[in-house]
Amino acid sequence: MTAVAPALRAGVGRGLIELRQAFTGMELVNQLLWPVATLAAVFFLRDIAIGSTGYRLGTIILPGALGMFVALGALLVVQQLAADREDGTLLRAKASPNGIRAYLVGKLVQISATILAYLAIILIPGVFLVSGLEIADPTSWITFAWVLLLGLVATQTIGAMLGSVVATPRGAGYLSLPVLGLIAISGIFAPITGLPDWLQWIAQVFPVYWLGLGMRAAFLPDEAAIVEIGESWRHLETAAVLGAWAVVGLVLAPVVLRRMARRESGSSVARRRERAMQRVG
Amino acid sequence: MPNRVDRASFAGEETMPDSGGLSIEVDGLRLRYGTTEVLHGVSFQVRRGEVLALLGPNGAGKTSTIEILEGFRMRSAGRVDVLGVDPALGTEHWRARMGIVLQSWRDHPKWRVRELLAFQGSLYAPYSTPVIRRPWDVDDLLAAVGLAEQADRPIKVLSGGQRRRLDVAIGLVGRPELVFLDEPTTGLDPKARRDFHALVRRIRDEFEATVLITTHDLDEAEKLADRIIILAEGGIVADGTPSQLTRQIAGHDEVSWVHGGARQVRHVADSTAFARGLFARDGNSIRELEIRRATLEDAYLALVRNAEQAAAHPAEVAPEPDGASR
Repeated sequence: MTAVAPALRAGVGRGLIELRQAFTGMELVNQLLWPVATLAAVFFLRDIAIGSTGYRLGTIILPGALGMFVALGALLVVQQLAADREDGTLLRAKASPNGIRAYLVGKLVQISATILAYLAIILIPGVFLVSGLEIADPTSWITFAWVLLLGLVATQTIGAMLGSVVATPRGAGYLSLPVLGLIAISGIFAPITGLPDWLQWIAQVFPVYWLGLGMRAAFLPDEAAIVEIGESWRHLETAAVLGAWAVVGLVLAPVVLRRMARRESGSSVARRRERAMQRVG
Repeated sequence: MPNRVDRASFAGEETMPDSGGLSIEVDGLRLRYGTTEVLHGVSFQVRRGEVLALLGPNGAGKTSTIEILEGFRMRSAGRVDVLGVDPALGTEHWRARMGIVLQSWRDHPKWRVRELLAFQGSLYAPYSTPVIRRPWDVDDLLAAVGLAEQADRPIKVLSGGQRRRLDVAIGLVGRPELVFLDEPTTGLDPKARRDFHALVRRIRDEFEATVLITTHDLDEAEKLADRIIILAEGGIVADGTPSQLTRQIAGHDEVSWVHGGARQVRHVADSTAFARGLFARDGNSIRELEIRRATLEDAYLALVRNAEQAAAHPAEVAPEPDGASR
């Protein structure tokens, strides 16, 4: 008897329920905060010229920010995984047949849909805020689609691995610091070519830079590549690096997750709760 | 209530082997962490349809035992068989045949009661058979545990007792053959506790599942269980029905009296003969004679105390062999 298809269906249903929860009541305010703040930044920077290139900073930032929000999916996975381990949601999944599988499918559905919502919140008003985005060209959307897909897989599987290693919501909080640092050096808010070489090399190891580059490649005119490394959109390299992270994630994340889930038990959840109580009390 | 299931009729239909009417078989179970031995040589069996209470003080090894049976923890040595399968090798199909209710769940706070129960139920649907239709109908089950009115509320607003009843409903939604209840009434007020006890009796009578319940509360074990196993210091110190335990180990009465201004206390097997001898000897100077039948509680406390002393001073007390009480 195979139960894979029903577990996937249950997982998708689970993801949609969590998605509705993520966008109702006070949660909605939290969800809107960062995309709207990003839009505000784009708005204030929309007329600042980048050197003598003829391009405006806002026009460059907007697609880069799309890439950044895809990358932030990794942090969402880490945070939710940590919270779900602490309150026993993951143990509940483990105690049910195919529960872990359904849980993960649900998480990927919910976080991917959340990110798509973020992108829409930024992109739709953004088109009217800044000039020079190529949204009418079908090739823009093809590039957007493959960069998005590789990015979602790469960052969420990385997030799942990190989330398995980080045991507590507090640990997940610490993890956001290096991620913010990585965003700062990844050419999202200012061209990366203005940074020292060694920082450029570090940035190019991680998906954040390539997601930003891929999104700029999708929505900016070809000539805008003049502010990029090698004055090129480097499609091939983008696909290679994002693809490599995605493959590594797809292969390793299930192994790491299984290891982590094996250690979950009633007493481990109780121990974590006691520690959490001590922190509060 | 949904229709009842005849246990005997589906026994042959399951694909997994079941060992002759036993839901659980544990033989020589050991668990070690480094040099600390948490369980040393625990052996017991649970028959199909039986309610067994694993009773013992905190730290006796109850939770470790139940987590090994649930497949959540690896053992160091011994043979374990749950529904015909070694829990260390349990498949998803095996997992679908049991329900687990842990000490205190706080999971899925934002979900509505009905949503979570329906989702959990959907995981069991692939394991439905013509004889055991899985899962239970959500509304039937909510009515059975008394949560029909809370069906559309978010789980985080439930009271402690309501939350625990939801946990039981989730444990039952897959129509389990075996239900684990780990310290289920910890932190419940007396009324919620009484309601919960009534619910556990219904699990056996109407849902016809085997139930393994851990508790440190003797009163609870006595009320709910067909059989009680007392665990202390990682070993079994007694195993029997509540009345057997009372007869076998609690057979002594407590006789107390005041003589010469001092209160005397003795534990004796035949209190009537003892009192006769007492009056024959000291006659008129005996005051305030009281004879109290030893309760199961006295026996339980004595057993646990002995086991703890034996563990603290292994050289002074004769070592008890495994399952010494049987």
